[in-house]
Amino acid sequence: MTPPVLSARPGRATRTTRARRRSDDRASYLWFLIPGAVLLLAVIVVPLFMNVGISLTRWSGVGDPQWTGLDNYRRLFADGTFWASFRHNVNLIVAMALLPTLAGLVIAAALYDFVGKRFGPRAASVLRACIYLPQVLPIAVAGIVWGWILAPDNGALNEFLDAVGLGALAQDWLGDPDLALWSVMGVLVWVQVGYPVVIFMAGLQRVDPALYEAAELDGASWWRRFWHISIPQIRAEVYVVLLTCTIAALKVFGPIYVLTRGGPGGSTNVPSYFSFQNFFEKTQVGYGAAIATVLMVIILVLTAVFLRAQDRGESTRR
Amino acid sequence: MSPAPARRARRRLGWSSYAVLLSLVVLAVVMLIPFVVVAFNAVKTPEEYATGGPLSPPQGLYLDGIIDFWQRVDFGEKLLNSVVISASVAVLAVVVSVLNAYALGIGRVRGRLWILVVFLIANTLPQEALVYPLYYLWTQLGLYDTQLGVIVIFTVIQAAFGTYLLSSVLGTFPRELLEAARIDGANKWQVLLRVVVPVSRPTLAVLVVFFFIWTWNEFFLPLVFLISNETQTVPVALGVLQGQRLMDPTMSSASALLGIIPAIAFFLIFQRTLTRGITVGAVK
Repeated sequence: MTPPVLSARPGRATRTTRARRRSDDRASYLWFLIPGAVLLLAVIVVPLFMNVGISLTRWSGVGDPQWTGLDNYRRLFADGTFWASFRHNVNLIVAMALLPTLAGLVIAAALYDFVGKRFGPRAASVLRACIYLPQVLPIAVAGIVWGWILAPDNGALNEFLDAVGLGALAQDWLGDPDLALWSVMGVLVWVQVGYPVVIFMAGLQRVDPALYEAAELDGASWWRRFWHISIPQIRAEVYVVLLTCTIAALKVFGPIYVLTRGGPGGSTNVPSYFSFQNFFEKTQVGYGAAIATVLMVIILVLTAVFLRAQDRGESTRR
Repeated sequence: MSPAPARRARRRLGWSSYAVLLSLVVLAVVMLIPFVVVAFNAVKTPEEYATGGPLSPPQGLYLDGIIDFWQRVDFGEKLLNSVVISASVAVLAVVVSVLNAYALGIGRVRGRLWILVVFLIANTLPQEALVYPLYYLWTQLGLYDTQLGVIVIFTVIQAAFGTYLLSSVLGTFPRELLEAARIDGANKWQVLLRVVVPVSRPTLAVLVVFFFIWTWNEFFLPLVFLISNETQTVPVALGVLQGQRLMDPTMSSASALLGIIPAIAFFLIFQRTLTRGITVGAVK
């Protein structure tokens, strides 16, 4: 973005009239907020409070909701399915936030520092594009692709294992309750890993090359430079990626819906799918609203904590 | 650059460099294999699939499977629906974002920090916490199962992010430009339309592309709100079919390929905007 250079200089009003004009000025900008505010109210704020309200009732979606106070929440905390769904969420955080971040750091540094510098930036950006590609797929389509690859009979993965003589390892990847969650995790790593790679590579471009040159002259190995220069320098990016991916993992719905529908036997159920089931399949709307409310609170707390931590990180660095 | 480090770099281009390159190439290939397998099987005849299984490369280009699937789900209609919804959301959400960000970033209205926090929260909320009340309200308003209903919802969700991002971008807008326009007698609308929007056009273009692709890829709310065939988007139509487990393997891969193609097309068309934009969005 290149702002055009300006020659005219603003005339100076006296300080008092200028200050008064500024505050009038500011107030009149409020008009521009009105469409956005009305829409936000209608689509986010009102439904949000309605949802909390519904969570305090027993309601099938038709007729009048029946006030039950905190009953839904009491039931929720005694519900094994609910706790299991959050345990699965922890696994998905590992698959969507933790592993991609770790792998992304190594891949991004290797691409930027090794491939980019020794084989040319073109090679690095082609490889980056390949790794990023799954990110552009609609998550539902990624689910279809993998549902088909992981199919027990004739699925590409089992056929491949057979072809290389490992047929004994063939599994019902998504149909075995002990295995399904791990398969879903594998798919999500594939989906997610490109995102940190792209963000971290962009961050590395910001790092002052003099830092590396100095370290290299001091005889620091690649790993030491990676650990002591690259990672601390792109800490802001690491925070952002961890936060956004963790939130995405908590909200995961599409892959579960397409790959397993929460099954087999609830072994891949997650809160978002669990609330969806209660809303639209079991018509226990109050209960579904309670699940969604808990999920919302967790996400908001997490966002606040992360932003705090990032803020503190920034201020101690300065 | 002095010759010494250059020579060292060249000497280092030994086997370890090639090992790193090789492992990254292997990784890239592994990432691409699912795409290749899907493409292979989408163009096989059912007999070929039955005899050769999913791994053998196709003998020729058999497009009947894809054409069959296209006609069966009226894929052209789904594409059109997706385009209409995503494009409307992209444009409307940018308009709303610009208006909000003009007041917050340039107007610096009182309490803007808190207003920004509200927008940020609106963007991070799980859609599950909004879905039932929206479903209820939209049914009352006659917006349920209409594209307009979905467009309104996503305009707000995307604009929440856009407001957050654009406000910080416009916060650094060159003040002299605004003052100059004001001295020339421009009112606030004219300043917005003739100065702010043209100067920020590159950022707005990134937002349009992002909103388009994000909305295209959305699944949960469209799944709930678009239940009839005539309104469904591509991901919803494909996801619902997959969920019903009624498809044979070649049809599955044909459907997956049809879902992949638009995504890759956008990726190629918008690649430069995207990679530039991702970094704009990441660290602010």
